[in-house]
Amino acid sequence: MNRESINNLTRGIIRENPIFVMLLGMCPTLGVTTSAINGVGMGLATMFVLMMSNMAISAVKKLIPDIVRIPSFIVIIASFVTVLEMLMQAYVPSLYSALGIYIPLIVVNCIILGRAEAFASKNSIFQSLLDAIGMGIGFTLALTILGAVREMLGNGSLFGWSFVAENADTMLLFIMPPGAFLALASIIITVNKLRGVR
Amino acid sequence: MAYIMIFITAIFVNNIILSQFLGICPFLGVSKKLSTAIGMGLAVMFVMTLATIVTFLIYYTFLQPYNLKFMTTVTFILVIASLVQMVEIIIKKSSPVLYQSLGIFLPLITTNCAVLGIAILTIQKNYTLLAGVCYTLASAMGFTLAIVIFAGIRERLERTDIPKALRGTPIVLITAALLSMAFMGFAGISY
Repeated sequence: MNRESINNLTRGIIRENPIFVMLLGMCPTLGVTTSAINGVGMGLATMFVLMMSNMAISAVKKLIPDIVRIPSFIVIIASFVTVLEMLMQAYVPSLYSALGIYIPLIVVNCIILGRAEAFASKNSIFQSLLDAIGMGIGFTLALTILGAVREMLGNGSLFGWSFVAENADTMLLFIMPPGAFLALASIIITVNKLRGVR
Repeated sequence: MAYIMIFITAIFVNNIILSQFLGICPFLGVSKKLSTAIGMGLAVMFVMTLATIVTFLIYYTFLQPYNLKFMTTVTFILVIASLVQMVEIIIKKSSPVLYQSLGIFLPLITTNCAVLGIAILTIQKNYTLLAGVCYTLASAMGFTLAIVIFAGIRERLERTDIPKALRGTPIVLITAALLSMAFMGFAGISY
């Protein structure tokens, strides 16, 4: 692989991480991360749609007139979301019901439309796939970290494996809605510190 | 009585932003000034109600009878996107005053997940048309309430001395967390 490809692949993971750095796709980020496993599931589901739509859009980019660009992208993304919905309903029904309303809402996730507009509509199929994989990994990583932090503090467990006594008092707040904002805020502070911002 | 219950639950108890996490992007993005927050809230209220009525009718006249339920996501997002465009054109032509105050928010609403989310939730909850409209209107009011309160807090925050590490996004998220905690107090009245 040449340098450009490696650059496209790694861009989304840390340097332009969609959640911690770009703050895109906040609704599923805050809504589903009550446990680490939900975070992984949502991340992989979004990654699937992102990879398929990035490749498809890159393949048909010359056929789409500029003026109906956005509606066409949305239809392509919505089709892949429908495919994903059916697959998840068939093979992972428990995860499908845990993620609930946020699965159809992948259509309006700003990351996917953003990458389609900013990258896939200008680059080759292979490079778009690399970009999607990188962004997908970055998104999954961020969701997993957030889910893990919330699950550990709020439930005393990690990926369902409990490490506190049976009826210990945990910080339930972190499982509830305010905890999502608080956990994300503290992670962003840490990331900013590590990146040396300000 | 049932309608009043739907109203109170959707505005306070299950607030669309602070407890369901729909429409976070405009909540964080368009809440720097009180006046823009009010404009955004009104635009969302208008589009959301219209979108739910149209998608409800389409679902029960076409999708359900012809067994096309799997097309829900594709149909709804297309209907909402074109509806927003149409509303924009109509308002621009008929009421320039209204267009000036709401116009800039309309394109942003297409990608607002709250609109699609509430349209789908209305179907999932098996509401009748009237109950669905009630639910949508109340959710949109909850959205407006949250974003207006939040904008008010952020306007004051501008003039305070915030610790260096918290400036920017972190303080906004922490403020949202505190607001969300305040709304959790309403959970007691859900029964």
